[in-house]
Amino acid sequence: MTSDFITLDGVEKVFDVRRRTGFLRRERHQVRAVDGITFQVPRGEMVGYIGPNGAGKSTTIKMLTGILTPSGGRLRVAGIDPARERTRLARHIGVVFGQRTTLWWDLPLIDSYRLMRRMYRIPDARYAENLDRCVELLDLAALLEVPVRQLSLGQRMRGDIAAALLHDPEVLYLDEPTIGLDVVSKAKVRGFLRDLNAGSGTTVLLTTHDLTDIEQLCRRVMVIDHGRLMYDGPLDGLHEVGQSERMLVVDLERELPPLEVESARVVRTEGPRQWLAFPAAASAAPLVAAVAERYPLVDLSVREPDIEAVIAKMYADRGTS
Amino acid sequence: MSVRSGRFRLYAAVAGGNFRRFATYRTATLAGVFTNTVFGVILAYTYIALWDERPGLGGYDQAQALTYVWLGQALLMAMAAMGGGFETDLMERIRTGDVAVDLYRPADLQAWWLASDLGRAAFHLLGRGVVPMIFGALVFQLALPDDPLTWLATLLAVLLGVVVSFALRYLVALSAFWLLDGAGVAQVSWLAGTFFSGLLLPLHVFPGALGEAARALPWSALLQVPADVFLGRHTGTGLLAVYAFQAAWAAALLALGRLLQGLATRRVVVQGG
Ligand SMILES: Nc1ncnc2c1ncn2[C@@H]1O[C@H](COP(=O)(O)OP(=O)(O)OP(=O)(O)O)[C@@H](O)[C@H]1O
Ligand SMILES: [Mg+2]
Repeated sequence: MTSDFITLDGVEKVFDVRRRTGFLRRERHQVRAVDGITFQVPRGEMVGYIGPNGAGKSTTIKMLTGILTPSGGRLRVAGIDPARERTRLARHIGVVFGQRTTLWWDLPLIDSYRLMRRMYRIPDARYAENLDRCVELLDLAALLEVPVRQLSLGQRMRGDIAAALLHDPEVLYLDEPTIGLDVVSKAKVRGFLRDLNAGSGTTVLLTTHDLTDIEQLCRRVMVIDHGRLMYDGPLDGLHEVGQSERMLVVDLERELPPLEVESARVVRTEGPRQWLAFPAAASAAPLVAAVAERYPLVDLSVREPDIEAVIAKMYADRGTS
Repeated sequence: MSVRSGRFRLYAAVAGGNFRRFATYRTATLAGVFTNTVFGVILAYTYIALWDERPGLGGYDQAQALTYVWLGQALLMAMAAMGGGFETDLMERIRTGDVAVDLYRPADLQAWWLASDLGRAAFHLLGRGVVPMIFGALVFQLALPDDPLTWLATLLAVLLGVVVSFALRYLVALSAFWLLDGAGVAQVSWLAGTFFSGLLLPLHVFPGALGEAARALPWSALLQVPADVFLGRHTGTGLLAVYAFQAAWAAALLALGRLLQGLATRRVVVQGG
């Protein structure tokens, strides 16, 4: 247990919402934004935290920073109860909210970094070293003297990530850090996070809607929906849980009616080409053998299910249940 | 470096940064100086007409009344009695949820915004105050103090006044945690500030209980008190008494602000995803 850096035990957050239903009439109801979540993150791990809009991801992160008090359950970060000791926790954590900025809007970027140095009381040598590293890896050299309001979204985001890291936080929370970034900026940010996690051993909790972020960065992923944890495990394991299917694409000598083989079903035909779906967990070999035995097979290929489709299916299943 | 000096350097950096931020708004500053000067001229002629009718009104002679006008213009923005201070920023941050960023930092929200507002006030005192004051002194017959100590004493009264003003506006800003849209509260507070600070007319002009009450309210610490120090109405122990008056309001209102801040951050929700 001692190695667990973040622990959540049945954590809940209920919002009281008042809605106007008529003149002077108001109706109160409750939104269970986070509905009993339990997980642990050991020191040094990089975890993806995903889920559809309104799932409760940002609410969880706010509780982990101490700016929202949980309605129930127990929560610890570095042994600290965030909501009760918000200021003490602040030195241990770095936070990037993709849609917000911690930077000083009207002043040059470097001014915000100097402020961080004072705020977190970063020793001079440490500060210089960390700033140099961030400037180099996040490509900030040309931006330091530019007022933040003149930065593009991607530049600002890189600036914000650097600002969150100057004090060597033990854990970094990232709430949609790649939102609105182009391919090059995304690659830069991902590369930086990978190095940070590998090099400094910083624990990272990452929220995103871009599954490529998760695929490239996180071995472990947690899926949350309607405030509940739906899945917690390796990325690959999602396929089994999501009952995903692989696709065998066969090219036949001529156009044929849909093939009939056990353990697979034809989902599409196009001239002599047919698509057969079969469970992702099953082996393709017997299926290929069966097809080759009975039909004039010319060529074939197997397509892995993409994670995007798996997750879309998971979200959709939840929505109807 | 001790913890305390570290804190001091942080808040000094916040104040310095906000000073520089306001210094980047050059056109706004120029336009503001122009507005203050025009407003000052209008008030000055109104006062001249009034004091011609009623010499010695409120215990001021005409030169003192005109000095009051131009000092008022010089302090108007620094005191942010009619708006223009940090409260609009903070209320907007609460409404949009950006205040989340202020809250996960290892800094105290009230101290942070106080430092920031002091930086702003320092800029406004120089950028918006000096030119109207010089203009007033050149064009009108003013009663400026000869003793440099009086200028210094006024500066301290101004500093205390800015803190009282901040403490009042902090309460206004925090109301946004509950109301979300604090614009109405802000407008009421600006209106109260304009009148009860003595910006339109010195509070000594108002007779009886109304005048007594107006002079006892915290807003009088914003302009009435510094102006009277400047005009030499408070000296010796009288001076200490008005400082104590300002400091007491500052302490009481800051304490109330802390109380409200504790409630707001514990009970109330930070908006947005
Ligand atoms: N301040 C609030 N008041 C009332 N309800 C809220 C508040 N903040 C969030 N909620 C509700 O809580 C739920 C979870 O919101 P949250 O912002 O955590 O979602 P999210 O997973 O971050 O979604 P997204 O992917 O869209 O950012 C939503 O149903 C939302 O409407
Ligand atoms: Mg969110």
